[in-house]
Amino acid sequence: MNHSSFLDELEAEAIYVIREAYAQFERPSILFSGGKDSIVVSHLARKAFAPAGIPFSLVHVDTGHNFPETIEFRDRYAASLGAQLIVGSVQESIDRGTAQEEQGPLGNRNRIQSVTLLETIEREGLDCLLGGGRRDEEKARAKERFFSHRDAFGQWDPKNQRPELWNLFNGAKQPGEHFRVFPISNWTEMNVWHYIRREGIELPSLYFAAPRQVIWRSNSWLPVSEYITLRPTEVPVEKMVRFRTLGDITITGGIESEAVTLDQIIAEVETLRQTERGNREDDKRSESSMEERKKQGYF
Amino acid sequence: MNVLRFTTAGSVDDGKSTLIGRLLYDSKSVFIDQLDAVAASSKRRGTELDLSLLTDGLKDEREQGITIDVAYRYFATPRRNFILADTPGHVQYTRNMVTGASTADAALILVDARHGVVEQTRRHSFIAGLLGLKAVIVCVNKMDLVDYAEAAFTKVCADFESVRHAAGLPEVHFVPLSALVGDNVVDPSARMPWYSGPTLLALLETLEPAVPEAVSDFRFPVQTVIRPRTTEHHDFRGYAGRVAGGRVAVGDRVTVWPEELEATVDGIFLGSQALKEAHYGQSVVLTLDRDVNVARGSVLTAGSAPKRDASLRAKLCWLDAKGHRPGVRYEFRAQGGHGQAMIAEVERVLNLETLAYEAGDGQLEANQIAEVVVRCATAPTTETYTDQRVMGGFILVDPVRGTTVAAGMIH
Repeated sequence: MNHSSFLDELEAEAIYVIREAYAQFERPSILFSGGKDSIVVSHLARKAFAPAGIPFSLVHVDTGHNFPETIEFRDRYAASLGAQLIVGSVQESIDRGTAQEEQGPLGNRNRIQSVTLLETIEREGLDCLLGGGRRDEEKARAKERFFSHRDAFGQWDPKNQRPELWNLFNGAKQPGEHFRVFPISNWTEMNVWHYIRREGIELPSLYFAAPRQVIWRSNSWLPVSEYITLRPTEVPVEKMVRFRTLGDITITGGIESEAVTLDQIIAEVETLRQTERGNREDDKRSESSMEERKKQGYF
Repeated sequence: MNVLRFTTAGSVDDGKSTLIGRLLYDSKSVFIDQLDAVAASSKRRGTELDLSLLTDGLKDEREQGITIDVAYRYFATPRRNFILADTPGHVQYTRNMVTGASTADAALILVDARHGVVEQTRRHSFIAGLLGLKAVIVCVNKMDLVDYAEAAFTKVCADFESVRHAAGLPEVHFVPLSALVGDNVVDPSARMPWYSGPTLLALLETLEPAVPEAVSDFRFPVQTVIRPRTTEHHDFRGYAGRVAGGRVAVGDRVTVWPEELEATVDGIFLGSQALKEAHYGQSVVLTLDRDVNVARGSVLTAGSAPKRDASLRAKLCWLDAKGHRPGVRYEFRAQGGHGQAMIAEVERVLNLETLAYEAGDGQLEANQIAEVVVRCATAPTTETYTDQRVMGGFILVDPVRGTTVAAGMIH
């Protein structure tokens, strides 16, 4: 298989979509999680407008439960792009009383991120968020459009999406509505890794295996942090662990791995028999947990 | 071709979801946790491992056992990458089929071996032809239920001839298979010794549908203008777009539409990299040797002149639940321009049962296909759809609700 020219085609498609978002919206922004997919979207955005600078700000929804590496990377990366960084704080939404913390031992801040995200969109007057969502990630995402319409409540209505023909994207909207745009919709996890290697894109160290303090919970290695409460049976151990996706530190499980270089990661991903989000606690709640969250305005 | 984009059509009972599940499963594109979820779900429903569940997405779909919307699937073999647009086949979802087919190179059309070519087969084939798909694979499914009899297969092949003719399909292949059991999907079947052709996957791996855009005259619709306004690039003025037809090289003379001005390409860029030429499908930035008025909606061309008509004859598929009524204005959107438009005339409407065009009453309802005349306030730069899909397709948008109400293909 000729990876290189397939990557060229995916890149050309993504650049086209990013330029459409820029041309059709007044205040587009990149939804930046610090994970590899949003880093790839930012890289593509830089490539799409060179030699001009990147014409988007970066929006980060900060749950307050972060890997310190993510925040450090985020600040450095935004500065290197010359992009404005907009941070929406989940803690502030909780303090204002617009978001309520989930209770119970399995409570986390994943779901209420949507509240903060929608508040940030409104506060900043954003009308388009470019995200790193991919259709191969999850079954509700398999039905997502490149240009995904959200109503005034930020809701995704899977039964009433706009048909997307050829490469004519329709960003028309009414006041208060916004769009989510997914330039790398057609990429798979493998494509993303090959592209990162080809382009020499820098990633947070969390993607690479290192000795880390973890506990075994819900079939994956969860990092020990001040934000999780250990159950009596849970004993922290040190393991060579890396993360396949990056999210809130309380729900992002790692896998045991010795992969410390991109080549080793690619070799590992090629043999993995679990989906990428298989270690995400947020997706395990029910058969349709991603779908439910998307309807409420989740990324 | 490194990637084949294909679409599937079939009604609920043709076993389409099972076929796709089988294709993914037998080509080892399914992860263990996905398979576990399907196994658990099958068990809850009291069925054996149901591969069709691999493609079921939304809650309503699982509950009703149907597909509502286009779902995209990805798999790769050592020979090729595949992007599959899985579309539901029932009548009321014609719009999804049209959507899925608009970006596909090829279509799979499912036929139940017990029932042969039916109305749905004709309709799906017709839409594949309408959207200009270059290759169609007719999957004669459920061969296990007709004792793998060659006669059932050859009857479909013979009956399909008239459909192929009516739909205008240039390239058609037939494969007898059983998605449920796995015959001729990925692995050759021992139960059909009379069939010596390739399996479905082998066919998908080797199909080379024609891409007329790759060899056509140069077409470059401009998405946006890039002006860095920095000290380093003070006078840089680049035109960003994706090549919609042919190729261009530094030094080529081009014409800028709608002004019809001549200029020479003096730079081609991809990111910070300078290229000597760009070809169909590449997203690049072009610079010209002189200042001409270029903006979003402008088109750079070489060779033959593009179509520049305000009045366009087109095949139109009405997609919106709210029908069209005479006199309503829409927003016209194409690669080569956008602006106000109206449907000046609904000439004939397709009868989906007979597949013949008949006189209409000037109105259009959801999922209807018609021959129309669209009148644009300002002439866009377009092409005939059959020559160039990218330049020849357009959409109509409801100016108030913002929804995409129709898809058109220019004659």
